[in-house]
Amino acid sequence: MSDSSFVRTQMLPPEVPPLTERGLVRWMRENLFSSVLNTVLTLAGLAFVIYAVAATLPWFLNGVWNAKDIKECREIVLANAGPEATGACWALIRERWHQFLFGFYPADLYWRPVLALGLLLVSLAPLLYYSMRRANLILVGTVSVLTLIALALLAPGAALLVLFAGLFAALTAVAWYAPQKLVWLTLAFPLLAFALLWGGSVWGPIGVAAGFGILALVYSLTKSFLGVVVATGAGVVAAAVWWLMVQTSVTTALHGAIPLGIQAVNSDQFGGFLLAFVIGVTAIGASLPIGILLALGRRSDMMLIKTLCVGFIEFVRGVPLITVLFVATLLLGYFLPPQSNFDLILRVIILVTFFSAAYLAEVIRGGLAALPKGQYEAADALGLDYWQAQRLIIMPQALKVSIPGIVSSFIGLFKDTTLVAFVGLMDPLKGVTTIVRADVAWKGIYWEPYIFVGAIFFAVCFGMSRYSMYLERKLKTDHR
Amino acid sequence: MKKTMFLGTLAATTVLAGAAFAGTLDDVKARGELLCGANPGLTGFAAPDANGEYQGFDAALCKAIAAAVLGDATKVKFVPLSSEVRFTALASGEVDVLVRNSTATYSRDNDLKLDFPVINYYDGQGFMVKKDLGVSSAKELDGATVCIQTGTTTELNLADFFKHNNITYTPVTVQDDSEAQRNYLAGSCDAFTTDASGLAAVRSSFPDPENHIILPEIISKEPLGPAVRHGDNQWGDVVRWTYNALLIAEEKGITKANLAEVEASSTDPEVRRLLGLEGDMGVMLGLDNAAFKNAILANGNYGEIFEATIGTSTPIGLARGLNALWTQGGLQYAAPFR
Amino acid sequence: MTLATDAPKDVFRLSMLIYDTRYRSYTIQIAVLVLLLLFLGWITDNTIQNLAERGKDISFNFLWQRAGYDIDQQLIPYTNDSTHGRATVIGILNTLVVAIIGCLLATVIGVVAGVLRLSKNWLVARIMTVYVEVFRNIPVVLWIIVASVFLTETQPQPRDFKVTDEMIMAGEEPKASMLFGAIAITGRSTDIPAPVLSRPLPTLEIATVPVSLSFLAFLAVVVVSVMANRRFLTRVTAVQEETGVRPVTWWKSLLILFGPSIALLIAMGLHLEYPELKGFNFKGGISINHAFSALLVALSLYTGAFIAENVRAGIMAISRGQSEAAFALGLRPGRAMKLVILPQALRVIIPPLISQYLNLTKNTSLGIAVGYLDLRGTLGGITMNQTGREMECMVLMMGIYLVISLIVSSIMNAYNNAVKLRER
Repeated sequence: MSDSSFVRTQMLPPEVPPLTERGLVRWMRENLFSSVLNTVLTLAGLAFVIYAVAATLPWFLNGVWNAKDIKECREIVLANAGPEATGACWALIRERWHQFLFGFYPADLYWRPVLALGLLLVSLAPLLYYSMRRANLILVGTVSVLTLIALALLAPGAALLVLFAGLFAALTAVAWYAPQKLVWLTLAFPLLAFALLWGGSVWGPIGVAAGFGILALVYSLTKSFLGVVVATGAGVVAAAVWWLMVQTSVTTALHGAIPLGIQAVNSDQFGGFLLAFVIGVTAIGASLPIGILLALGRRSDMMLIKTLCVGFIEFVRGVPLITVLFVATLLLGYFLPPQSNFDLILRVIILVTFFSAAYLAEVIRGGLAALPKGQYEAADALGLDYWQAQRLIIMPQALKVSIPGIVSSFIGLFKDTTLVAFVGLMDPLKGVTTIVRADVAWKGIYWEPYIFVGAIFFAVCFGMSRYSMYLERKLKTDHR
Repeated sequence: MKKTMFLGTLAATTVLAGAAFAGTLDDVKARGELLCGANPGLTGFAAPDANGEYQGFDAALCKAIAAAVLGDATKVKFVPLSSEVRFTALASGEVDVLVRNSTATYSRDNDLKLDFPVINYYDGQGFMVKKDLGVSSAKELDGATVCIQTGTTTELNLADFFKHNNITYTPVTVQDDSEAQRNYLAGSCDAFTTDASGLAAVRSSFPDPENHIILPEIISKEPLGPAVRHGDNQWGDVVRWTYNALLIAEEKGITKANLAEVEASSTDPEVRRLLGLEGDMGVMLGLDNAAFKNAILANGNYGEIFEATIGTSTPIGLARGLNALWTQGGLQYAAPFR
Repeated sequence: MTLATDAPKDVFRLSMLIYDTRYRSYTIQIAVLVLLLLFLGWITDNTIQNLAERGKDISFNFLWQRAGYDIDQQLIPYTNDSTHGRATVIGILNTLVVAIIGCLLATVIGVVAGVLRLSKNWLVARIMTVYVEVFRNIPVVLWIIVASVFLTETQPQPRDFKVTDEMIMAGEEPKASMLFGAIAITGRSTDIPAPVLSRPLPTLEIATVPVSLSFLAFLAVVVVSVMANRRFLTRVTAVQEETGVRPVTWWKSLLILFGPSIALLIAMGLHLEYPELKGFNFKGGISINHAFSALLVALSLYTGAFIAENVRAGIMAISRGQSEAAFALGLRPGRAMKLVILPQALRVIIPPLISQYLNLTKNTSLGIAVGYLDLRGTLGGITMNQTGREMECMVLMMGIYLVISLIVSSIMNAYNNAVKLRER
């Protein structure tokens, strides 16, 4: 008994777990077949996936990229895959992709919308990432490279390309050295985009910008002896006088003297995703200030203002967008002075702006409600007046909290721009598709354009919703 | 922030904003562009091609009017209009003339306050069915499902026809022409009804036109023509006489190709008046004397337009039928040009 | 301490209207009121001028004129001889039927998808994630069109169901056959059996709408049974509280709930009428057109994806401790869900659910993409087009949509108030 050496002095090396407890098998046991219900669900899911893939994959694989019409497509599929097979006809996309993206925008000017999109993303940088230098640089840099590649593919000419390269290099440099300075681009972007997309004389947008200059000038000159409120009023009146009465003659005269400008493009040539972006971005951008005012109005102590705001918001939120679009086409003409008549895209943008303002108002109201009461009291205690408190204390916090909501409003609005097809505009989904299908060569094609357009919508919306989730997480940690 | 974009556009468009109504002719001249309401996509009649250029029978008339008024057939802006908004768009001055295969009817004339100065295509509503359905007359369609486009006169005709013949049907309403065709081809309905010209156009675009038949019954009169606003007679006259000029040109054998030759050699006083060589016919209407010559030069005469867009040589393959000149047994008859 | 002096005697100066907060709000409100009135006056004036210029007037008389067109889905009788007003009512009913069934379906889909997305089953959770993301990020119009194209393009034709004598002789099967011998899904409609009574009670006509007395009787019996069952259960609870023993209730409950109604239905001779192929189409039974099905399927899947997200967020918002506590109390998972988790999650889920229901209701107007004759299709479509009364039709249509939305939101808000956490 003395040599009790069978007592181990060392640890045994751990056994490899049994087969069912390791690797793939364990993972499957835990994640797929942990109970009867789970097994049934897994099998059902598997059956569904297999069925879906089996039903659609051959169609995708047999796709034809190179054909001149649908007949040729079908013949190629027949020749390649036999009589029973079906195949997609991607040749349509190859032939008409530009109409899905740009509508009937002149082909040699495609660089203008592309450049505008690049500038849009750059000008969003300061809003999306505040003053985070690295994020700004990454965003601006990536956007610059992508835009330049896209522009180079469109081949607008070497001189222009060099110019754009310089422009984007400068923007990237600004994003690194002085990210706050990018805000100036953001402020100038609306006019810049207008000038780029619609073209025409450069004096029009400059004239509009001059109006804001006049507003600022009058305000700063009169502020000292009229007080803030009256000075603002005076500035607005002066600017309005300029815009409504003086501007047209001045810009016309200037254009006569120095005819600077680029080729004008009519708005009826806008279509496809270009139109979706123009309507979506303009409407959301323009509706933000209106939405803020409506949200503040809804929380106001003033009975009349509150009633008006609530009435407006609830009315707009209670009717479908399509009826609002019908109002734009059918009724707006009745409400305006008899001789006036302006283009459908603009009318649609105006009404869509009011429509989304009501939704944004609710989002921002949510942001305002999320602020602790202490913030308001603190602002009061500091002796700030209403607008100072809003500008310095309340809005920066409320807007920050509302950004995810604003982004999802934008996603919703962007998807809803497809409805403009029903009032005769060329949205990518139905408008362009109908036109493409009116061509005898492509009659009888259904799925391909829908898949193409759907995929682009998905990419854009999914990207934005991921961004909004990222932001939500970031904002959450800021608050804890 | 982006409000400025708005103001910019507002400023730009209020400048452009044409005064509507009273003097459409003056407005068009001042604007330097004709606004023409068109079908967003009906093969053969009006549909944009790959470059976004509108082509077709109706589109050609728009171009001829633009050529007559502005001297340039390209100065026309096509405004695509769905069947539901077309008349409102015209009434509100959004377009100067609506050339969108619209039927002239009493109530449209008097209730909607429109004028149809001319009929550029005499049509009638018909039915198309698949051959293997074994139907040879519309009266055998008892209990059938019929595809129909909303917002047109066809749905009223259809209801009247079935009621009158004491038979029943199920309507399948669809939003636009391309949806109607899709539904018909997919078999959502036994029969597809629309104007006979439309049926022919649609059938020609099918991969297997021989498997579809157009039933012999024409259940309605569908005089299709350009529409203008009630009360602007001068503008109505411009449309009427531009169209008549195209008809007279066919009658007199003036084509786009031989126009220069005819102009140099013709001694026919009506031809000389038409081409602006004699008299002040264009000026009487507030146009240029060469207006009608320009109109003919735009796309050729009526017969040429017909043949190039919807005639037998095109995939659509419509015969002239009722739309032949009166000299050939049709209904197209222009008042004399004097 | 006399630091706080009395406020100086108020002398009203004009500038106080702007600078004195006591008066400023009145100044602003009056200014806004004046501007508003000016604006309204301007619009009214413009409208009157425009109407005069186009030779039109405002009149709703067209609602009592003959409509002249047919509608393929009608919940109350309608022919082309009926009035435009009746066509409008048909449209409203068609809108409501999609909205109500759609909301129910979307809720079911959303709850299932939301719960499954949190499931531990890897495959199922992934499939649900894909479903939610794909449907949420693509416009609903696309889904409506795709559903419609799918139904019309891939389903068989009615004549494929035909069985001829030669086929029986040759022993051939028809190309397509009915599901369970009762439901026929064709490329043009879905035909399901209709419940029919062989000994029905008479039908009353109330305001030209026929109301089946049999249906009312059935409804009355159901309501009475439910109330009786409630009373029965209250009494049972009383017995339980008195004696501590709960009597066996389930079969009595079932009897009270279903016995009378089943007896009534048997008495009236309830049987199913199966759709049958006659002529071009299936006859008999209930025919559901594809515009309706496509709209319903697309809207419920689309909205279901949003609801799934709300449900997931709601469940995740309940801290883990709550479910652990429930289990620690010895509650079985089902009861833990019912008594602990769901009541708390509902509070988070319901407010966004209200806005999803509203969205779905408003999105029914997108039936325009497939030619569904809802309110927009009748009043705002064919009627407007045939009569040329766009002002009247649009105003009426927006008003009706507004009322529907307000009703939906008030019902849901009432429900929300009922389940809301009562803070004391």
